[in-house]
Amino acid sequence: MSLLEIRDLKVNYGGIEALKGIDFAVEEGEIVTLIGANGAGKSTTLKSISGLVKASGGEIWYDGEKISGIDPQKVVAKGISLVPEGRRVFPNLTVRENLRIGAYLSKDSSAVEADFEKVYALFPRLKERHWQSAGTLSGGEQQMLAVGRGLMARPKILMMDEPSLGLAPLLVKDIFRTIKEINETGVTILLIEQNANAALKIAHRGYVMVTGNITLSGSGSDLLNDASVREAYLGTSAG
Amino acid sequence: MTFTTFIQHCLTGISLGGAYALIAIGYTMVYGILLLINFAHADIFMMAGYFMIFAMSSLPWFISIPVVIIVTIALGLAVEGAAYRPLRMAPRMSIMISAIGMSYLLQNLAIYLFSALPRAYPTIEPLKQNFKIGEVSASLVTFLTPVLTIVLVVLLMQLIKRTKIGMAMRAVSRDYDTSKLMGIKINRVIRFTFIIGSALAAIGSILYFTDRMSVTPFSGLMPGLKCFVAAVLGGIGSIPGAVIGGFFIGISETFLIAFGYSTFSDAFTFLLLIVILVIRPTGLLGETITEKV
Ligand SMILES: Nc1ncnc2c1ncn2[C@@H]1O[C@H](COP(=O)(O)OP(=O)(O)OP(=O)(O)O)[C@@H](O)[C@H]1O
Ligand SMILES: [Mg+2]
Repeated sequence: MSLLEIRDLKVNYGGIEALKGIDFAVEEGEIVTLIGANGAGKSTTLKSISGLVKASGGEIWYDGEKISGIDPQKVVAKGISLVPEGRRVFPNLTVRENLRIGAYLSKDSSAVEADFEKVYALFPRLKERHWQSAGTLSGGEQQMLAVGRGLMARPKILMMDEPSLGLAPLLVKDIFRTIKEINETGVTILLIEQNANAALKIAHRGYVMVTGNITLSGSGSDLLNDASVREAYLGTSAG
Repeated sequence: MTFTTFIQHCLTGISLGGAYALIAIGYTMVYGILLLINFAHADIFMMAGYFMIFAMSSLPWFISIPVVIIVTIALGLAVEGAAYRPLRMAPRMSIMISAIGMSYLLQNLAIYLFSALPRAYPTIEPLKQNFKIGEVSASLVTFLTPVLTIVLVVLLMQLIKRTKIGMAMRAVSRDYDTSKLMGIKINRVIRFTFIIGSALAAIGSILYFTDRMSVTPFSGLMPGLKCFVAAVLGGIGSIPGAVIGGFFIGISETFLIAFGYSTFSDAFTFLLLIVILVIRPTGLLGETITEKV
C-alpha cells in the first residue's frame, strides 16, 4: 500500500472543473513531482490533500486511512505538511515565531527545541535573523522560512508548492539540494515545480498534469527524456 | 479655570478615557481578526450594565463583578456563535449587516425585558469612596479606572506577544488558510478574541456606569460609537492605538463639556471620525494591510 494515494480526485471551483479525476500515488521515502503548465491544477491538488479545498469527488488515502473531507488541522496532525505557493510566511511574526507556529500542535517543547536546531542547521541564515519579523526578510529567506516552518511539524510527507519560485539561480540550486537532504532524513516529498528540469532530476517519479488531468507518469529520468515533456516543459525539443 | 478644577477635569477625563479604552479594545481586536466592526459590542456593554443591576440585587459586589464578567463573556460568545460564525465564508458586507441586526436585537431585547425606562445602577460602595489629594477630590473609581486600564492592557499585550494563543491570534489576523495549515483552529482563536473583548467590555461597563446613575437599553449607543471612533483614531486593529484613542476622546469630551460646549461634545467625536478618515484612514498606529478577500 502506498503512503499517499489519490483516487479519481475531482475539484470544482463554482462550476469550473479544476481537477477532472486524477489518480496518483506516493510511496514512503520518495520524492514525487507534479509538473504542468500554469492553471493545470497542481496547487489545487495539494490544497485538496491538505483539506483547504474540498474535493467534489474521489478519495484521498493516507497510511491506510481515508483522509478526504477532513479539516486541514487534522491533516497536518496526521503528518502531512504543505509549504504553500507564494511562501505565505506570517509577516507580523518573527522568524523564530514562524518556525514555532509550524510546530503549533506539538506538546513536547524539548522536541520543538531540537527541531529549531535542525532547521537552523539546514538554513543558517534563519538563525542569524531569528528576531527579525518575517515580512522584512528577502524573498529567498522567506522561502527558506516557509520550508523550515513546514519541517517544524515533523511531517511524514512534506508537500512543496513551487519552492524555487522567484529565487536567484544560485538559490534555486540550494533549494533543490536542501529538498534532497530533507528527503534523505526520511521525509517523503511531494513537489510542484515550474522548474521541471531540476525537479525531475531529483525526483524518483513524476506526473505530468494538463488542465485537470494527469497525462503522463514515469520515473524522473524517463520523463526528462520524454520528447513531449521536453518540448512542453523543458523548452528543448527532443531532436 | 483654576488649577484645581483643571486637575479635576483631567482626572475625570482620564477616568472616562480608561473606560472608553477598555471598550475600544473589543472593537479593535475583533476587527483585527474578523475584519468586522462588531456593532453589537456597544449593546453587550449595555447588557453588562443590566447584568450588574440584577447581580447586585441579591449578591455582594465582590461576587457580582466576576458573575457579570462571566455572563457578559457568555453573551459575547453567543453573539459570535449565532450571528458571525455561520457567516464565516460569506462576503464581509453580510457579516456587517448581521452585526447591525444583532445590535438592534439586543437593544430591543433589553426594551422588552427591562423596559425603556432608566434603571438605577447599583452603588459599589468601595468604588464610591471619596479621596482628597490637596484641593482635588474624586471617588476611588476615578483613580482606579486608568490604573486598571493600563494594567489590563499591559497584561493583554504580553498575552498576545508571549503566549501560544497570542501567537495564533496574530497569525490568524493575517492569514486564515496558512493558519489552518499550521494546525490552528480558527474558530477557537476567534472565540478567544470575543472572550477577551467581552470581559473588557464588562469591566469597562462597571467602571463607566459606576460614575453614572442609570442604565437604559440605549446606554450603549453613544459610548459604543465613541469607542469605535477611538479605535479608528488609534488605528483599527491596534490595541495600543485603541487605548490612546480612548483616552484622547475621554479627555477631549470632558474638557469640551467643562468649557460649556456639552451640546457639541458628541458632534466632536464624529467630526473627529470624518477628519481621520479623510486625513489618515489608517489611524495613529494602524498599518496598511492588504485587504483580505
Ligand atoms: N479559488 C479559486 N476559485 C476559482 N478558480 C480557481 C481557484 N483556484 C484555482 N482556480 C482555477 O483552477 C485552475 C487550477 O488552478 P491551480 O492553482 O491549481 O493551478 P496550478 O497548476 O497550480 O497553476 P500555477 O502553475 O500557475 O500555479 C485554474 O484554472 C485556476 O484559475
Ligand atoms: Mg500553483
